[in-house]
Amino acid sequence: MLRERVTLVWVGLVAATCLTTWGLGKDALDPAVAVVGVLLLAGVKVVFVMLDFMELRDAPRGPRRAFLLWPVVVVAVALGFWFAT
Amino acid sequence: MLTDVTSADEGVAGPEASRTRLPGAEGLWVFLGADAVVFALLFGLFSQARRADPVVFEASRRTLDVDLGGVNTLVLLTSSWLVALGMRALARDEQARVPRLVLGGLLVGGLFVVSKAVEYGSAIGAGFTPVTNPFFMWYFVLTGVHLLHVLAGLAALTYVWRGARVRRWSGTRRVVPECAASFWHLVDLLWIMIFPLLYLLR
Repeated sequence: MLRERVTLVWVGLVAATCLTTWGLGKDALDPAVAVVGVLLLAGVKVVFVMLDFMELRDAPRGPRRAFLLWPVVVVAVALGFWFAT
Repeated sequence: MLTDVTSADEGVAGPEASRTRLPGAEGLWVFLGADAVVFALLFGLFSQARRADPVVFEASRRTLDVDLGGVNTLVLLTSSWLVALGMRALARDEQARVPRLVLGGLLVGGLFVVSKAVEYGSAIGAGFTPVTNPFFMWYFVLTGVHLLHVLAGLAALTYVWRGARVRRWSGTRRVVPECAASFWHLVDLLWIMIFPLLYLLR
């Protein structure tokens, strides 16, 4: 269980969540830096959930690329609206 | 693609085919993709609404419990991880481990529902409802639709767990468990985006 790749990924996702919630999410940083960091980390976390938990790493190229486009679009749209505000 | 699943399940395909295996059933992935697109549209509309009224959105966001939102994220990640371990154990035909891992995923996932009930109770107790302002309308819509997904996922995992207890599933009979697991992981990744959008964007 501890030697599984998904366990390593889970540790990374937990670390990224702690950094986001109790680091970047607080008011210590410049808002632009914090928002970019928070959203990019969220996008990276989604990619790893897709590749390793959902097993898309081993999926045919078409569906894998289609799903991996989702975090890219969602993060880009959120950042676009935030910087336009 | 369904052929890939069947071939890999039966263990008759070579390494190349195994590398291009899509878990569960092809139709499920169409549903998951459509569901993800609907949420992406909702996220876009939320961002647009936030842009129209940033002061109200920021003041309202600050009433949310960021710590609880972070803990909820950890809860779903951990539940998802346990379910992923369960699916890998199933693929290796380690059937004795599957019920324990899926039950672990179920129980940890159930914590999210409890936490959400506490959070909703606290928000409504403080006078915040969907009609308070646009932020809270979006807060209840996004978290509410997501919570419905959580409940559906827990129901599907319960079915998988009950089947796993009587060894209904195996390394060559795992389409249903994989469909439930893939849906559960989608529930997890949707929350990964909802959390920063609602709780963290300043």
